[in-house]
Amino acid sequence: MNINFTLISQAIAFSIFVWFTVKFVWPPLLRAIEERQKQIADGLAAGERGKKELELAGQRSSDVLKDAKQRAADIVIQAEKRAAEIIDEAKSVAKVEGDRIIAGAKAEIAHEIFSAKEDLRQQVSGLVLTGAAKILRREIDAKAHADLLTAIEAELK
Amino acid sequence: MAAELTPTSYINHHLTNMTITVGDGSFWTLHLDTLVMSVILGIMGMGSLWLVVRKATPGVPSKTQAFVELLVDFIDSQVKNTFHGNRHAFIAPAALTIFVWVLLLNVMDLLPIDIMAWVYEHVFGLHNWRSVPTTDVNTTFALALSIWFLTIFFSIKVKGLGGWMHELFCTPFGTNIILWPLNLLFNMIEYISKPLSHSLRLFGNIYAGEIIFLLLGMWAATGVSGAFFSAVLGAGWAIFHILIVSLQAFIFMMLTVVYLAMAHESH
Repeated sequence: MNINFTLISQAIAFSIFVWFTVKFVWPPLLRAIEERQKQIADGLAAGERGKKELELAGQRSSDVLKDAKQRAADIVIQAEKRAAEIIDEAKSVAKVEGDRIIAGAKAEIAHEIFSAKEDLRQQVSGLVLTGAAKILRREIDAKAHADLLTAIEAELK
Repeated sequence: MAAELTPTSYINHHLTNMTITVGDGSFWTLHLDTLVMSVILGIMGMGSLWLVVRKATPGVPSKTQAFVELLVDFIDSQVKNTFHGNRHAFIAPAALTIFVWVLLLNVMDLLPIDIMAWVYEHVFGLHNWRSVPTTDVNTTFALALSIWFLTIFFSIKVKGLGGWMHELFCTPFGTNIILWPLNLLFNMIEYISKPLSHSLRLFGNIYAGEIIFLLLGMWAATGVSGAFFSAVLGAGWAIFHILIVSLQAFIFMMLTVVYLAMAHESH
C-alpha cells in the first residue's frame, strides 16, 4: 500500500488510453451510429410518404373508375336514344317511300283506267257508229249528213 | 518455497508486487507487474474496440459491431443523463475508456490466483507477479488523481480562474466575507475526499475480493475436505465477484462522469 512511481506511470498510461479513445474509437462509431439513425429516419419518412401516395392513388383510381362508369352509362343512354332515332327515321322514310309507291301505283291505275275508258269509248263510239251506220245506211245519205256525223264523233271522243 | 509455506508467507507472496528501482528514494520504485498488466489489458481493450470501429458501417452492423454499439450506447446514455454539454468531445469517450479498462483490470481478479502464480513462476520465470492492477492502490490513485486534475481543469476552463476562486470562497454557505474561511474549508474537504473515496472504493472492493480468494485458497492446504470446500466456496465467491467487478467498474465510471459534470456546472 505504498505510493510510488507506479502512480505516475499509470496516470500516463491512462491519459494515453483516454486520448486514443477520444481520437480513434469514439468518433468513427458515433459517425456510423448517427449515419444509421439518419438512414432509418429517412426510410421511415419515405415509407410514410409512400403510404400517403398510395392513399392518394387509390382515391384517384376510384375517381377515374366512377367517371368511366358515368361516361359508359351516358354512352349507353346516347346509343339507345340514337337507335330509337334511327328506327324512327327509318320508319318515316319507309312510310314516305310506301306512300310514294302507293301514289305511283294509284296514278298508274288511274292512267290504266283512263286509257281503258278511252279504249272502251273508242270502241263504243266505233260500235255506235257502225251500229248507227248500219241502221241509217238505208235512211241517211252519208254525204248529206257527214257534218252531223263528224260532230257526234267529236263529241264522243 | 514449499518448505517454508505458512499462511503468512502464502498471503505475502501473493500480495507482493514485482518492483524495479528507477531512482533514489522509496518513491522511485515501479510496480512492473501493475504497469505491464494494465498496459497489456488497456491495449487489448482499446485495441479491440478500435479494430471494430475502424470498420464500422452505418448499414447492417456485424454482431461484434452491434455489441460495441450496445456498450457505447449504454455509456453514452449514462453520460447524457448526467452531463448536459458536448459530451462527445471528451467526457463520453473518457467514460468508455474508464469503464472498459477498469472492468478488464478488475476481471483479472477472477483468474485462479495460484494457477496464475504457477504460470508466472514457471512459464515466465517471475516470482512475484500480481495479476490484478486494481489491487494496487497506485492504479486507483492514478486514475482518481487524473480525474481530480481534470475536474479542476474543467472548472477553471468553464468558469474562469475568478469564477473558480469565487466558487471556492463563496459556496456553499454564502458570499459574506465572514463565511469565506468556512466555505474554503468545506471545499477543501470536498476536494480531498473526492479522489480518496473515488480511488479507495475501487481499491478496497477488489483488494478485499482478492484477500477472500487467498483465504479460501489457504483452506485447500488443510486436506481433501478443505480443498473441496475451498473449491465450492471459491466458485461461489467468483460468481458473486463477477457482479462486484462490473459494478465497481460502473461506479468508478459514473463517479468520474458526475465529478466532471459537476466541474462544468456552477453551484
